Amino acid sequence: MTTSKEFFEVPKRYKNWSYGLIGIGILALLVGYFMYGASDDIHHKSRFWATLLQNSTYFLLTTNAAMFFICATILAFGGWQMVFRRVPEAISAAVPVIGVITLVILLAIVFGGHHMTHIYHWTDHETVANDKILEGKSPFLNIPFYIIWTVLIIGLWSLLGFKVRKISLEADKPMSVEQGKKYIWKNTVWASLYIVWFALTVMSTTPWLWLMSIDAHWYSTMYSWYTFASTWVSGLALITLFVIYLKNAGYLEYTNKEHLHDLGKFMFAFSIFWAYLWFSQFMLIWYANIPEETVYFNPRIKDGAYSGVFWFNFIINFLAPFLIFMKRNSKRNYTTVTIMSLIIVFGHWLDFYQMVMASVAPDHVEMNLFDFGIALGFVGIIMLVTGRALSKYPLVSKYHPFQKESIIHHT
Amino acid sequence: MALKKFVVGVFDDEHNLFNAVRKVRKSGYRLHEVYTPFPLHGLDREMGLRDTSIHTAGFIYGLTGTSLAFGFMTWIFTKDWPLNIGGKPHFALPAWIPIMFEFTVLLSAVGMVLTFCYVCQLAPFVKKHHFHLRSTDDKFVMVLDVSSGNSESEASDFLSGLGASEVNVQVAETGWWLGTYDREQKLGLSREPSH
Repeated sequence: MTTSKEFFEVPKRYKNWSYGLIGIGILALLVGYFMYGASDDIHHKSRFWATLLQNSTYFLLTTNAAMFFICATILAFGGWQMVFRRVPEAISAAVPVIGVITLVILLAIVFGGHHMTHIYHWTDHETVANDKILEGKSPFLNIPFYIIWTVLIIGLWSLLGFKVRKISLEADKPMSVEQGKKYIWKNTVWASLYIVWFALTVMSTTPWLWLMSIDAHWYSTMYSWYTFASTWVSGLALITLFVIYLKNAGYLEYTNKEHLHDLGKFMFAFSIFWAYLWFSQFMLIWYANIPEETVYFNPRIKDGAYSGVFWFNFIINFLAPFLIFMKRNSKRNYTTVTIMSLIIVFGHWLDFYQMVMASVAPDHVEMNLFDFGIALGFVGIIMLVTGRALSKYPLVSKYHPFQKESIIHHT
Repeated sequence: MALKKFVVGVFDDEHNLFNAVRKVRKSGYRLHEVYTPFPLHGLDREMGLRDTSIHTAGFIYGLTGTSLAFGFMTWIFTKDWPLNIGGKPHFALPAWIPIMFEFTVLLSAVGMVLTFCYVCQLAPFVKKHHFHLRSTDDKFVMVLDVSSGNSESEASDFLSGLGASEVNVQVAETGWWLGTYDREQKLGLSREPSH
């Protein structure tokens, strides 16, 4: 192993790209603010904040999925991912940064209240007082709880993620068998804590509070799982993209097609899982045909304004990965996997778009450069933070007990 | 069903076996089959076996399942016996998708199992010749086909040169038959060590 390839040196082009993308994001934010945010029209204001809400939550949950990947594989005693485990670790380093941005946006929307945006109806006391359904939900859907819980969500993701990353660094020093056993146990304990918190947040309360409460009258028991599936598969695609980038740049010498194959399998499987939830959510509502529930699908299917987005979303997030990733060779081909990963990241961004926008502005789709600019800004932040985190520590934790298992991994 | 002549080499560990497979293929002997007590990663590649096609078969079975379920339900509910179920349209596609999915899984799973059994000639009462009974326990057994071309003694020498702990020559049935194994073979007495 040559020392020069043990550490990732952030190339100048990479840096310029990430700064450039962040620049585009800031520019889009400013232009968007003057076009929509500062307007007197409440629909414009809602659209401005809804775009920020969509992008920040999507990219926060996606980067956080990288830490879920690590903790889930720790708990499953998985060894195969060890040769590239520093990559998801580095991606999860973006959670605190994007978390703070998300927190600011969410607080602004909640405190801005009914006069600033039409996003969270339940923040308005008058509306709640005259609305039996919202009143019934108010023990959960209220401003203090929302704020405390949101701060806890983002804070604990960041803290537990930080702890798991720190433990990972201990595997850069040689350890005996006894130490190795203790080390695995320590990993297991912290990973379980993270997973428990993950279950209480991403798999349940987070999507309810942040996204489902846009349609405060409506609810779906599938919603959190659906959101989780969406961000989990795009998190996997993000990990894959960084792994392939580093591999192309000559790093990660032990990572090979076997590992790529398994990442491809993961994306294949969870694209199907996403489609399963997508369909389950729809079918239960279609079958029961209760007006309170079907209202969610009115703008989304049939004659709704978002039906194009909705079905396109289904094609690129399910049909494309399902048919293309089915073949063994396409999961082992770097080009195919790269293209599919890009499609998946974009596709689930679009999924979040229709989840948020079709509820905030159900009458027409108004997707323009503002949305893409904000998204690119977040991509820039992820690139910058991940690149920095990658360059700080060795790319491979040489003395991890499972290291050898990962090197000789065979699919 | 033809009788053929085989040279059987028994190896004690998989490292010797891998090495031997490589050498045997290079030297041009006809590799009939390799029997191992557990699956060995990469052995199929060393033996030069092509990738399995069972997934293609599975895909076709699955597609058959989807279209059968879809076609049958369409025929029943729109042509043969239309019923008003909860005011839903007769062509109630969302309600059929779970059934189409289940039928896809059923046909592809069952189809693949049956195909696998057919390809491996596995069925109740079907018997095949065992070259070495301990290949199911702790021995790695390589079988060379010497019915044409290579002389058996030459092949035997070659195998023991590669580290086989035991080499013997067997004349055996290549296909399968119905019935039982004879007692002799069960005890492994028909094998005569050539060294």
